[in-house]
Amino acid sequence: MRVLAKGGIEQMSRYSIFELARHALTGHRHWQRAWRDPAPKAGYDVVVIGGGGHGLATAYYLAKEHGIRNVAVLEKSWLGGGNTGRNTTIVRSNYLLPANAQFYEFSLKLWEGLSAELNFNVMFSPRGVLNLAHSDAQLDAFARRGNAMRLNGIDAELLDRDGVRVMVPLLDVSERARFPVLGGLLQRRGGNARHDAVAWGYARAADRLGVDIIQNCEVTAILREGGRVTGVETTRGTIQAGKIGIAVAGHSGQLAAMAGLRLPIESHVLQAMVSEPLKPVLDTVVTFGAGHFYVSQSDKGELVMGGDLDMYNSYAQRGNLPALEEVVASGLQLFPFMSRLRLMRHWGGVMDMTMDGSPIIAKLPLDGLYLDGGWCYGGFKATPASGWVFGHTIAHDRPHALNEAFTLERFASGRLLDEKGAGPVPNAH
Amino acid sequence: MLLIPCPWCGARDHTEFTYGGDAKAAAARPALELPLSAWHEHVYLRDNPRGRHLELWHHTASCRRWIAVERDTLTHAITASTDAGRGPGGGTG
Repeated sequence: MRVLAKGGIEQMSRYSIFELARHALTGHRHWQRAWRDPAPKAGYDVVVIGGGGHGLATAYYLAKEHGIRNVAVLEKSWLGGGNTGRNTTIVRSNYLLPANAQFYEFSLKLWEGLSAELNFNVMFSPRGVLNLAHSDAQLDAFARRGNAMRLNGIDAELLDRDGVRVMVPLLDVSERARFPVLGGLLQRRGGNARHDAVAWGYARAADRLGVDIIQNCEVTAILREGGRVTGVETTRGTIQAGKIGIAVAGHSGQLAAMAGLRLPIESHVLQAMVSEPLKPVLDTVVTFGAGHFYVSQSDKGELVMGGDLDMYNSYAQRGNLPALEEVVASGLQLFPFMSRLRLMRHWGGVMDMTMDGSPIIAKLPLDGLYLDGGWCYGGFKATPASGWVFGHTIAHDRPHALNEAFTLERFASGRLLDEKGAGPVPNAH
Repeated sequence: MLLIPCPWCGARDHTEFTYGGDAKAAAARPALELPLSAWHEHVYLRDNPRGRHLELWHHTASCRRWIAVERDTLTHAITASTDAGRGPGGGTG
């Protein structure tokens, strides 16, 4: 039964085994839509630009944690059609620097309870994330990172070659490999989640709290008056806004430019791909340490693989075959059996690559405007915490302790969060 | 595959080149005595256009010249290329 409660919020039924059984009796013909499809109102307290995981999570936590329910999420296309639906679904918190470690660990803890929190199965599967080491120096560096993680209260285990062999039997750990495996750093609590379900789960939960989710609504201008934002122009008309949060992944620079700002960001294309489905062969996430390659097996049986950027500025959501070839070649170093698999699909997403490889979740130098971006390769795992701290930042007009290091000003002040120690390059992650 | 028209070698696969990023940022190197804000802008901030982009490619596997290429970042259409060391039009001779 649909009851329209005070404030126009529809009370939708909770998903449960009983609901499933009840709907099974009527052939599943009577499920309600998971969220409403409202027309935009004239104005909102907060407008979140971008209906991917981050934007939807932000709207959910604004409503749930801060009681700000007069919120719209504006999506230019369909929900989760950008990088939320294009990533390789890896969730981990194996970072070296304290600010990153604390933030991603908070995110991992949110992942652990997310399906129950949202009443939506996000299929979080803590199957472990194993980073392989191929030299003594790399193993030393992993020992250092693992120790740093443990000092930050995060689980980490250093495996020797035998440990790796037992865990991933199909991996080539022999001496004849081009880059022999010496060991690895394992985070058992890491793993995968179902990417679409994260967008849908947050959308449904936010909608239940009164958030308007508006698709096919592209922002074309940010309206300003006297040093403060007042609203947005969209393809569905003008929408007034007390505050505006930007969560648009690879297009952060485009949105910032609408507000007259330049960012320390370049947009690059990152590709991913899946093989044909096969029987279970890999029950953990494995990353190659002598190149750039990461792989896991989806519930459908496909091997989900990714690697490096195409390495030139791009807003095209498609990539080049030479980059794919390099990724596949790296994969074959680890798993020779993969040479007989067929590639089923490949695709590209536009990454907003910051100059230190860490995100920006902060107020922008224009009152009422906030940015959640610069996610480089790694935004998916951050989705819950990103929404949580971004909601806090918008609601209180100041960062939470967990994101106070992710400022825009850190590039000018020298307080970079450069995990690689590689200097100002827009290709770290 | 991008096909990059090198002014010295002709059209070549982009895998022969090493990408050098935004040519405008590289060219705008501030004087040493300018304040840190000018250096912050030079080192970190980018226009990052969705469309026409003037960028550097080093032809590492052939003539080893730096080439300035005008490319659309959305369609990948390349509309101009010159030898970056010789200024506009300098690469044709």
